[in-house]
Amino acid sequence: MSLDPATIRRIASLARIRVEEHEVETLQTELNSILGWIEQLNEVNVDGVEPLTGGARMAMKMRDDVVTDGGYPEKVLANAPDRNGDFFAVPKVVE
Amino acid sequence: MSQLTDLTIVQARDGLRAKDFTAEDLTLAHLSAIEALNPRLNAFITVSHSQALDQARAADKALAAGEQLALTGIPLAIKDLFCTAGVRTTAGSKILEPFVPPYESSVTANLLRDGAVFLGKANLDEFAMGSSNMTSAYGPVENPWKRRQDANAVLVPGGSSGGSAAAVAARLAMGATGTDTGGSIRQPASFCGLVGVKPSYGRCSRWGVVAFASSLDHPGPFARTVRDGAILLGSMAGHDPKDSTSADVPVPDYEAACARGVKGLRIGVPAEYRSDDMPGEIEALWRQGLDWLRAAGAEIVDVSLPHTKYGLATYYIVAPAEASSNLARYDGVRFGSRRDGEDLRDLYERTRAEGFGPEVRRRIMIGTYVLSAGYYDAYYLRAQKIRALILKDFTDVFAHVDALLTPTAPSAAFAQGENMDDPIKMYLNDVFTVPANLAGVPAISVPAGLDANGLPLGLQVIGKVFDEETVFAVAAEVERAAGFTALPSIRAGG
Repeated sequence: MSLDPATIRRIASLARIRVEEHEVETLQTELNSILGWIEQLNEVNVDGVEPLTGGARMAMKMRDDVVTDGGYPEKVLANAPDRNGDFFAVPKVVE
Repeated sequence: MSQLTDLTIVQARDGLRAKDFTAEDLTLAHLSAIEALNPRLNAFITVSHSQALDQARAADKALAAGEQLALTGIPLAIKDLFCTAGVRTTAGSKILEPFVPPYESSVTANLLRDGAVFLGKANLDEFAMGSSNMTSAYGPVENPWKRRQDANAVLVPGGSSGGSAAAVAARLAMGATGTDTGGSIRQPASFCGLVGVKPSYGRCSRWGVVAFASSLDHPGPFARTVRDGAILLGSMAGHDPKDSTSADVPVPDYEAACARGVKGLRIGVPAEYRSDDMPGEIEALWRQGLDWLRAAGAEIVDVSLPHTKYGLATYYIVAPAEASSNLARYDGVRFGSRRDGEDLRDLYERTRAEGFGPEVRRRIMIGTYVLSAGYYDAYYLRAQKIRALILKDFTDVFAHVDALLTPTAPSAAFAQGENMDDPIKMYLNDVFTVPANLAGVPAISVPAGLDANGLPLGLQVIGKVFDEETVFAVAAEVERAAGFTALPSIRAGG
């Protein structure tokens, strides 16, 4: 499987990373080289193997579904690049 | 008396108790070492001078009142991936340049609870993605060790926890925190002549640690001795309700485990860790390590971990997949840097293109691709199945042996600029360390010898899940037998 320039642009768009036209070729070479190397996994027989999602080998704990934290908008907004009152501010989305 | 910066944590603890010196003396000695050497080594991104002195004075008050906890007055470096309340936390990335967390990570809160002093935030590969510290947006870190033949070459400290390793090796800190997702504690420990501990998955809370790959990220310590590493892990570890994958199991006395010895233990030697292109001196050191353990009463057993060779490729699907999801939060809206755009989408895309470095962008894109519709089964699901086979390899051998001994890394520290032309070459650094992350089993790198150039080489001890005690016991025996006393050329007072 080899990624073409259109796929590179599509992945970048899904990842919300701006890619300039002159960067496409380098990314194509790098990503194809990594994916080519990963192809070796196709030689492993995985029939009947259950996928492993993580390293934790214990049941997830349940907890009460209650609010345990919050009530400090100043702390939450302290790192905001832009704010409007107690809200995060972004460029206008709806015309 | 030797310099304060040369003391181990055990020696400093005894000295503080005996009032040979104060915690303020100890912290000041390290702060002046940082002032002298950090401009060259670049091990710290942020030095928290006044906070460290306040913490040291508080430690002196506690000591005067007869209260000495596990780490009272011990000055540490904190990898800049752990959120520290009121102290900037960058993750080595431009995108977090202005970020000052309003909260403290659970692991660093545990260290503070036990009286530790934080000297500052240690440099790292951007978002912990790298094996050389070359991807940091805050510049590379210089390894304090030098090649005998080529003393002008600037070597890398390894990565991703390169600043933590350089700081402890150069005596700028008595210990440090790191995180290990594919070898990011053990490989830099090997490159810098240190002890590096990656505990079992779930042993140390990930809460408040900037996430790279959640199912593979393991916080752990760096130290100059195995016993110091045991003391640090004992403080960092423990159940945390804020991390749903944190293990609710008791934390044993790791320091005591260091004195257990290895008599009667069965130590496995995995055949698949041997390769034709392994440098002769690393293979020789490995054999030497096995001889030391045999001489101390352990039984050496040949074992097989048949899926070892697929570990790296599996890792390079699973880790980028999780990273692409974890790093989606950096959108320039709630925290971090922002680059304005024509509309909201353009703002996201410009913020992320400018805020992330090339290696991070590459991994996010690989992760996005392997999770995308039509490719999920072929890549991600297949990788998760192979991950299950890798775990089964470990489960099978640990039915017969107590621990494994392997080399930590396939080489000694390399020079800045080497292995940079091809991402896969850099990835190969982690070939021996990645399997323990995929399986979640504990592992330690312990300095065992020097190569022909006078550079440190580490051996890795891998153990059963939640049996860090045996891993400490074996590592302590390797340390005792190796008698590793070599010192880096660049160090405080050196």
